[in-house]
This record gives sequence, structure tokens and C-alpha cells, in this order.
Amino acid sequence: MSAPGNIRNWLDQRFGWDELMAFLRHKTVPIHRFSYFYFLGGMTLFLFGIQVVTGILLLMYYRPVPDGAFESVQYIMTRVPFGWLIRSIHSWGANVMILTAIAHMFSVFFLKSYRKPRELTWLSGMILLFLVLGFGFSGYLLPWNMLSLFATKVGTNMTAQVPLIGHWILVFLRGGEDVTGATLTRFFGIHVAVLPGLATLLIGLHLLLVQRFGMSVPPSVEDETKAHPEKARELRFFPNFFLRELMAWYVALAVLGCLAAFKPWELGQKADLFASAPAGIRPEWYFMFMFQTLRFLPANVGPFAGDFIGVLVFGVAAVVWTCLPFFDNDRRGRSTRWFTGVGIFALAYFVGMTVYAYLGK
Amino acid sequence: MNLGGFCRNGRAPRGLFPPAFLLCGALFLASPSSLSAQTKNTCLDCHSQLDAPFRVDLAAFAQSIHAQKGVSCVTCHGGDSTSDDMSVAMSPAKGFKDFPAREQVPTFCAKCHADAAYMRSFNPSLRTDQYSQYLTSIHGQRLAKGDHQVAVCVDCHGVHDILPPNDSRARVYPTNVAETCGRCHANAEYMKPYNIPTNQLALYSTSVHRAALVDRGDLSAPTCSTCHGSHGAAPPGVASVVNVCSTCHVFQAQLFDSGPHKDVFKSLNLPGCVTCHSNHGIQHPTDALIGADKGAVCLQCHSAGDPGYETAAKIHARLVQLDTSIARSREILDRAGQAGVEVGPAQLDLNQAQDALTKARVAIHTVELESVDEDINAGLKVTDVTYKAGESALAEASYRRKGLVISLAISLLVLVGIALMIRKVESKQ
Repeated sequence: MSAPGNIRNWLDQRFGWDELMAFLRHKTVPIHRFSYFYFLGGMTLFLFGIQVVTGILLLMYYRPVPDGAFESVQYIMTRVPFGWLIRSIHSWGANVMILTAIAHMFSVFFLKSYRKPRELTWLSGMILLFLVLGFGFSGYLLPWNMLSLFATKVGTNMTAQVPLIGHWILVFLRGGEDVTGATLTRFFGIHVAVLPGLATLLIGLHLLLVQRFGMSVPPSVEDETKAHPEKARELRFFPNFFLRELMAWYVALAVLGCLAAFKPWELGQKADLFASAPAGIRPEWYFMFMFQTLRFLPANVGPFAGDFIGVLVFGVAAVVWTCLPFFDNDRRGRSTRWFTGVGIFALAYFVGMTVYAYLGK
Repeated sequence: MNLGGFCRNGRAPRGLFPPAFLLCGALFLASPSSLSAQTKNTCLDCHSQLDAPFRVDLAAFAQSIHAQKGVSCVTCHGGDSTSDDMSVAMSPAKGFKDFPAREQVPTFCAKCHADAAYMRSFNPSLRTDQYSQYLTSIHGQRLAKGDHQVAVCVDCHGVHDILPPNDSRARVYPTNVAETCGRCHANAEYMKPYNIPTNQLALYSTSVHRAALVDRGDLSAPTCSTCHGSHGAAPPGVASVVNVCSTCHVFQAQLFDSGPHKDVFKSLNLPGCVTCHSNHGIQHPTDALIGADKGAVCLQCHSAGDPGYETAAKIHARLVQLDTSIARSREILDRAGQAGVEVGPAQLDLNQAQDALTKARVAIHTVELESVDEDINAGLKVTDVTYKAGESALAEASYRRKGLVISLAISLLVLVGIALMIRKVESKQ
């Protein structure tokens, strides 16, 4: 027997390799006019993998201390062979991953894929999205530059608005009353240990649930295939769908390469804890809709602080959105159309506020 | 009683002072504790209603340093501010004093302000030498000779509205001093008897000192009183100009003293720094100030063929050389930065070259080429390194572009390969 045959035989005897291959051969993906949205989940997973690999490489040089963080990133960008590429791909990759994760969430929402029996798939996906945003927030501070320092001050300050435990959360995140070197060390720990551990567990659960329940088909497509069963089409997951997904990954990788080569992620100026806030402090783009909303709010709304009302509304909205499958389980009734309207509003609000924040004065 | 001429040209009158001023002067005589006990002030009841020059602006008085410290009308003017009867309130028997004549104002104010023990009760660090300084000033000397047109205390500080010098609204706050002095010194008509220039304020308004003080808000930048003194105001003599400038420009003065110009200027009776830089209208110095080209101040004394002329030309050339070299490095580093290569450390290093240029520009006060060369050479060493860093960064940018093109080409080939594989797999199915 040839060497590959021997290896396969060895694996089959211990792990049931042929059984796994048979499962993959039989696994199919529905083909319809919305099938392209199925790529988004896989794309997000691929980008997460990129983040893990580039993150590990960055860890070899990065130093999470106030006197060394900025310098170590500068060293990576200027002295380490291909350090600029790794760091830029990590930074750009984080943003593209968050973009695909948000797009994945909205596609799942509008295709109603969260319906019974996939409630937990949605729930695990939403928690993953929050974790991804947490990755972005904690990673933003790590280069220890002026912009990230003050954006973190603003961002962590918002948590103080949470009723009862707000101040405790603020102190927990900052490692004290203010953003200092303790915050940097804490964010580093959260970014490279806590969040990756949680994310890995949840990704495993999410993928398991996706395998358990299969790909969801939108209600409209379901109705069509019921009426015309001969029109129902499927594609083998392996290798047909997987190869197509692989093509999409290659394109994503090429896009990241172009961004890194033409627009390497900026280093900025080293953070100075005693400096006054620079002009143009702003969070990353995915938090801009919240940032802009809080800017619109007056200092006081009735007896409450404007920021408190803003944080409260966003908090309640996030909880309701996360628990959506438990509210919207009516497959084709009026309530589901109402939820679709809410989804369109949420998407328009997110995009509109983000665009306004960048273009408006 | 001469009550006319009050506030002419924005100044206090030449002759006797109106009762309004007495209110201020008398404020010094009462202790804060005695004032705090008073609840009634009939002086202000009347004088806040009267027309100028007897009027006292209640709001301005309330904000004045005297009112803030509890110094009231009777402190300076005597009398009884609790009496509703004007003849009692302003009775000489109650200590009411006539307001001082203009020439008496300095001694009137000095009763308190030259009394160290008394002033200590308000502010232990407050100076009490204003009066003695004033006596040495041109203003004080002329006043003593009977010239009542010169400035006395109230002309600069005000009367009832006196604010502390660190209050930005005060007439003697650093940013306001030039305007305060200019009220007399920029008034050609008023200054006619003295036959001195009146363009100082106009010149100062265009100067680098005024720009630093007013535009940049740097309160350490000089205004009139910084060079001339305030209470002891007098023009610095030729011999002391360098000493005046050196209170801020320490290194320049030291280098000037160590160079050949010091003795030469002294022998020619030239006023040090002012000879090259001028005084009130002093501009930001440029490299064009030194050298043998048109506009260089060296040409005032040196001409082609003399050693000074040659040295000036060489120093100018060396300064320009480093300046150009810095600009060249900055340009290439900016270009590399825009191409996406991190050049922060090299840009930081370039600051050292800029520092060396600054040092060289200071070293020119020795007017010795060797001194200037030392800093210029140090700067050029840095710019050589930073320029090379810029070249490397541009090469790196080019390398990245090429690498990207190659990797994109490979990616495209892989994509085509996958597409062909898909076609092959699906044709078999």
C-alpha cells in the first residue's frame, strides 16, 4: 500500500476517517437565489483563523507595558521582516472580520434562519459577535497610541452609565479609576487569553449546531420548493461548496494583502497619559453609530443623564436582538413582517449613523 | 480746585486730582478688619450717582483689588463713610483729605505700597519698592522737575478700577502693557515736547516678541516693561542692551561676549544686539540676516574683501547647506510615509538635525566659522542617515508593491486552478 494509503488506513482505524469522509460527501448545501449569503459564515471563520495566526506572530514581539507597547509595535513595523505585513493584515483583518460577522448576522436575520430549531445557533452567533466586538475594542488599545488611549477612555467611560454595576465594570476594565498601564495589561490579557478561549468554545458550539440542523432555507424558497419539488437543488458540501468557499477566502486574502501594501495600518503617536485629548478622537467604525447617537443626545433627558439613556436603550436593544428567536417564531404572520421592518430600520440606522459620523461635522 | 482734564488722552489730569481719585487713595489707610465691620458706605451712595469726574463705577470698584481686599474709600480719602451728612462725611475733622495733586500721586500711593509691614498683611510676597524705583525712572525724575505730563501710578494702573497685574483685564497684564504704554508713547502730539520717536508701539506690533506674547499667549515673551522696567522705566543704555536681551537670550549673549564683536561694538559705541536685530520691531531672524547677500545685516559694517565679509558668507552657506539637507530628508521621508512605510523613527532622528541647526544659528553669535561648523557637521551626519533611511523606505515600498503583484498573480493562478478543479469534479458527478 502507498504511503498516503497507509496514513489513511491508520487514521481510519483510530478515528473513523472513512466515516467522516462519508459524512462530508453526503453533506449538502441548498442552492437558491440567496445561497451566496452562506459564504459569509465561512468567511468570518477564515478571517478569525487569519487573526489567530497573525496574532500569534505579533505576540512574539509585542510587549504589553506602557513603556514598551508602542515601541514594540514600531519595532514590528520597521525592523521585523514582514512585520509590517503581519501587523497590517491583523489590523485590517480584524475590521474585515467584524464587517463579515455583521453582514452574516443581518443575512441570517433577513433570511429568517434563526427560526425553530435554530434558536441556539442564533444565540451562540450573537454572543460570538459580541466577543468579536470585544476583540476589536480590546485590541484597539494595544498599540498604545494617543488615539487608542483616548478612544478607550471614552469607551470605558460609557460602561459607567450601566445602572448599579456601572462603576464596578469601569474599574474592572480599567484596572483602576482611569486608563493607565494597568488597563493596557488587562486589555492584553482579555485580548489574547480570555476572548480567544471563549470564542473557540463558542465557535465549536456554533459549528456543531450548524452541522446538527443543517443550512436553513429562507421561507420563500421553502414555499417554492414545496410547490415545485423538482426545482429543489443541492450542492455537495465537499468538495463542491468547499472549493467555492476556498476561492472566496483567496479573494479575501488578496484584498487584505492589497490593503496592507497600499495602506498599512498607522502607528500614530505614542500615548501620553498626561496629554490633553487630541482632536478627532473616535472609536472604530463599528462603534461609530453608538458614538454618534450619544453625541446627538442632550446632556439631560428629563431627570436622567443623556449618556445613561443612550447606553440603556442600546443595552435593551442588544438584549432584545439577541433573544429575537424567542420573540419571533411566527413563520409567516404579521409579527414576523414587523420584525423584518425593525431589522431594516436597525440596518439603516447602523449604516446611516456610521456614514453621518464620518461625513458630518 | 482744578477738576478739569480728567482722563484726557485716557490719562489722569495733570493738575489736582478729582475727589474720585481720593476715594481710591484713601482705601489704603484702612485696615481690612475695620472695613469688614462697616456695612454702610455713603461715599459710594453719592459718588455712584454723580457724573464724571466725580463718578465711581460701582461694578468696576467692586472688582478692583482694593475692594476685594477690603480696602474702602476712607482708607485713602479719610472722612466718615457712615454719615449721611456730607459735611460730616467729608469733614477734615474726620480726617477727610483733599485729593492729591498729580505730582503727589506717587507719594499718596506709596503711603501704603512702600510700607512693607503694612503690605505684608495683604500679601507677604508683594514688592514695596515701586516708589523708590519710580524715583529713579525717567517718569519720576521728570515729575520731580515739575513735568506733570509724565506717567504717575494711576495712568497705568487706573484709579478705582485697579486690578491685580495677573488679571488679564488689568492694564498692566503682560498682553496689555504695550497698549498701556502706547497710550502716551504712540501719541505724537502728546510726546511732542520730548522729541522722541512715537513708532515703538507700531514697530512692536509687527515684532516676533509681540507675536509670541499675544498670538501664542506666551506670557514669558517680552513687552515694554520687560526691557525698560516698569516702575523704574528708562531706556537701556548702549552698554546695557546686551544685559537686557541676555535675561532671556542667555546663550546668544554668552557667545557674543566670547566673540570678536563685543570689543569692536564697544569701541564703536554700537548697542550690542540691537545693531543687527533692531529693538522694538525685532523680526524672527532668518539665515538671510547673516552673509554677504542683499539684506544681510553684516553688510552694514563689512564689505567685499574684508575677513568678516568672507566669514559671514561662509557661515550663511553652511546654514543653508544644513537647512537644505534637512528639507531634502524630510521630503523623502514624507514621500516614503505616504507610500505606507513606517518612517517614524527616522523622522524622530531628523529632529536632532533640526536641533543642530538651531544650535548653529545660536553659535553664529560668536561669528566664528569653526563654532558654527561643529553643529552643522553634527546635523549633516544625521541628515545623511535619515536620507538613506528615506531611500531604503522608498525601496521597501517598491519591494512591497512588487511582492504584492507577484502574490496576486499566484493567487489568481490558484483561483483559476480551483475553478478548473470544480469544473472537473462536477463534470464527473
